[in-house]
Amino acid sequence: MDFSTVDRRALLRGLGLAGGTAALAAWMPAWAQPVSQGLIAPLPTVSGDDITLRIARQMMTIDGHRSPAIGINGTVPAPLIRLREGQKIRLNVINDLDEDSSVHWHGLLVPPEHDGVPGISFPGIKPRSSYLYEFPVRQSGTYWYHSHSGFQEQLGLYGPIVIDPASTDPVQFDREHVIVLSDHSQLSPEAIFRRMKVNPGHFNFQRQTLSGLLSGRDQKLKDRIDWGKMRMDPADISDVTGAAYTYLVNGHGPADNWTALFTPGERVRLRVINASSMTTFNVRIPGLKLMIVQADGQNVMPVAVDEFQIGVAETYDLIVTPTEDKAFTLVGEAVDRSGMARATLAPRAGMIAPVPPLRQRPLATMKDMGMDMGGDMPPRGVDPSAEQNVSRTLATPGTPAVVPMAGMDHGPMNHGAMDHSAMPGMDHGEMSGGAMAGHDMGSMSMRDFGNAPQVKRGPGVQTISPMPVDRTGEPGQGLADVGHKVLVYRDLMALTRNPDVRAPSRSIDIHLTGNMERFMWSLDGEKMSDVHEPIPFIEGERVRVNLINDSMMAHPIHIHGHFFELVTGHGDHRPRKHTVIVQPGGIVTWDFTADAVGDWAFHCHLLYHMAAGMMRVVSVRPKGDAA
Amino acid sequence: MRLAMLLSASAVFALATPAAAQEHSMHDMPGMVMPTAKPKPKPKPKPKATTPAPRRPQPAAKPAAPAPTGHEGHDMSGMASPAQSAPAKDQDTMPGMDMPADHRGHDMAAMSSGEPVGTDLPAGSAPAPTPPMDHYADRQFPPADMAHARDMMMRESGGQTMATVMFNLAEYQARKGRDGYRWDGEAWLGGDINRLTIKSEGEGVLRKGVEAAEVQALYSRAIGPYFNLQAGVRHDFKPGPSRTYAVIGFEGLAPYWFEVEGAAFLSDKGDVLGRLEGYYDQRLTQRLVLQPRVELNLAAQDVPENRIGAGLSSAELGLRLRYEITRQFAPYVGISYEAKTGQSARYARTDGDDSTTTSFVAGVRVWF
Repeated sequence: MDFSTVDRRALLRGLGLAGGTAALAAWMPAWAQPVSQGLIAPLPTVSGDDITLRIARQMMTIDGHRSPAIGINGTVPAPLIRLREGQKIRLNVINDLDEDSSVHWHGLLVPPEHDGVPGISFPGIKPRSSYLYEFPVRQSGTYWYHSHSGFQEQLGLYGPIVIDPASTDPVQFDREHVIVLSDHSQLSPEAIFRRMKVNPGHFNFQRQTLSGLLSGRDQKLKDRIDWGKMRMDPADISDVTGAAYTYLVNGHGPADNWTALFTPGERVRLRVINASSMTTFNVRIPGLKLMIVQADGQNVMPVAVDEFQIGVAETYDLIVTPTEDKAFTLVGEAVDRSGMARATLAPRAGMIAPVPPLRQRPLATMKDMGMDMGGDMPPRGVDPSAEQNVSRTLATPGTPAVVPMAGMDHGPMNHGAMDHSAMPGMDHGEMSGGAMAGHDMGSMSMRDFGNAPQVKRGPGVQTISPMPVDRTGEPGQGLADVGHKVLVYRDLMALTRNPDVRAPSRSIDIHLTGNMERFMWSLDGEKMSDVHEPIPFIEGERVRVNLINDSMMAHPIHIHGHFFELVTGHGDHRPRKHTVIVQPGGIVTWDFTADAVGDWAFHCHLLYHMAAGMMRVVSVRPKGDAA
Repeated sequence: MRLAMLLSASAVFALATPAAAQEHSMHDMPGMVMPTAKPKPKPKPKPKATTPAPRRPQPAAKPAAPAPTGHEGHDMSGMASPAQSAPAKDQDTMPGMDMPADHRGHDMAAMSSGEPVGTDLPAGSAPAPTPPMDHYADRQFPPADMAHARDMMMRESGGQTMATVMFNLAEYQARKGRDGYRWDGEAWLGGDINRLTIKSEGEGVLRKGVEAAEVQALYSRAIGPYFNLQAGVRHDFKPGPSRTYAVIGFEGLAPYWFEVEGAAFLSDKGDVLGRLEGYYDQRLTQRLVLQPRVELNLAAQDVPENRIGAGLSSAELGLRLRYEITRQFAPYVGISYEAKTGQSARYARTDGDDSTTTSFVAGVRVWF
């Protein structure tokens, strides 16, 4: 295993080769393809110092179904923008839509006027006009770009950015593939939003039912009554589900089977970007260890995992080293298990690997409501009538959901497995049980504003977590008992020492609030549309931010113009990120240096949560400026 | 300087990877990757010696907490090696234990070896600055353009107006004597808090026409996470003579998932009526839903011209089983029992009607 041999040419060859064999299969509807041969369609790439991007409506074909979309230069996802650290880039964005548009460079440190948020950083791009974005490229890594106007992102206005480092890349690889995960619906985004406002749980077809109770699945009767009393639905994992979505890899459906090629023995770098509007994915490649080497464009100490959860707008780079001459399936399972994105890694075109079945959707626990009492009962299986989308039919009969690490013939057993056998015992010991949980539940208020004095009391705040906890050491919802190693935020350590290791001069709390029954989402109980006052910072000050999730849903929180460092116990090597998932009932703490003067958007990156108001302006000003 | 950092980083990486790459011995746990921390202190001092300053601009204000960079660096290189193999173990076992609070404390102590650095440092208590009153982009773009874009952004971030029309009941009623029909629906227009709500319910008999029909126009305001307060007017077209009422009521979701509503009505003749309504959606499967429903009509006095008696004037009990072909279109069948009570029942008998009716119903629950 030698990391010092780089072969950049092999990478370029790999990217180039794929062109010819392209999209023949895409012309045939999915039903006409007895076995998907896989689609070898590399992402169109643009590079150079002057790049033109043209936003326009188009059609896209997913698993044989055509649907309206918005793309750039005729493609969804938008073309891969390949840059080099240190270059000065000019991006001329032309808006051919009949409505205002915009492009935000997600994770790129740019001057505020080029950040691309209409109403905050610039006026937007009017129909049939253009805007010239111009900035120096100050960083390297994997990023992405997307519209910040209306619901255009849901319709396909997103694309990847890869920036090569100015000098040697500490991550060494023979070949790379960009994996853009996303969600696409035949429904218009406006219709999706309205349905959720009118009918909470509209897209959830994995709810608890009487048939589930009678067949001994999901919660027991007592728990159902307790949760019913609180008007909380533990099956509410995702707002928009596979009932409305097809999950995509690089714009292709699970039946299209987008395929990435490799030569056995190569180190393959996968740059995974979650460009979804609403979907948290759990990503794995059965049979391969995933070596996480970068998060949100920032290099991290390599961590080997079997699976990782990627929130909307996060990116992870990983190295896989397939040594056998066989295909592997990349599975991007929606967090609520209502469907999957699927791609194939194969030595040759046309090879496919077994597809594991969708696993069972998890249920929220008391801990997800910010009541950590360790009394959660072990899962009893999912409702028998629960529905998953058509991607479930891709499962290869007899394939287990989790492959025990095969091919690892070295003596010592996997530590992950060991950890696991020990963990469930400690995690939900028999001692507490439902009775205790019930007791505590009664005495603990679900909506005590004394626990969050800064939160504005109103109909938009359904619950206040009475005892939120730091959950950065836990895998995401439904991943605690999957039987293999899942990445947790605490595993991440920056590869290099952090640029600013000062202690924060102050700290602030920001509560993530919402009401699932009204589909209202806010920060500190106030919607963006209610609040004109920004969250203020002085240029250069270092501030600790505590994000406290008072809702029972996970929120990927993103700040523009800055990176922050997660406070996860790694001193001066804390991971630097632009987006972080705050798990239900959880707290995430980060420090950041407010070094970019200007007004910046700060929001939940679930598109419809942002549209519902879960956003704020962060303003960074020089000391004494205009205050 | 940047190059130096990168080179040292890649050195770390090259050393680190074989260990982490599990070719050795399958050390795939986070804690096990940590041994790579051992070589770390060696390359680290190099960039630090040349570049004590962070890459980002230095702040004007010095933090309150003590954290001189050089000092802590010294500390690290001296102590880290022995200290770090221990925390590595801790980290390995801790995540399984589900005790984030402890975990955190442990890590902190371990990593820092006495002198915390970076994120391990506590935050100071400096006051927050005053929020600026201006918009930064106004300096770079015409303020009028920005104001327009800002209005749009605010509207698109929680300020939307929407509308819906829903019929919980829209059904044919088969019963002894003449069959009839029944509807009960609601529409609203507005935002999250303030809405215009239109309600309508009524019933009729085939070939006899509408027997009862009312429409309410209400201002609805969200007063809590689950409940709306509603006020406005109600007009009854039937039974004659037509009546107009002032309305105050509520509508919302009660504990245990009961949809409830209630209202008091004051007529233009001074009569006071009331109504309570509730239903529960019992999901049998994802799409098959059993809905028990009750509606009670009350009156403070007899209203002979409308055949309403004081007290509980009528009660309606229903049980409907629907199948949600989509969430928005669900045909159903069921049974509905309606009883006039007390004086209302006597009015009905006087008119030659039955005071109770049992109907088999078939209809569709639909919303747009």
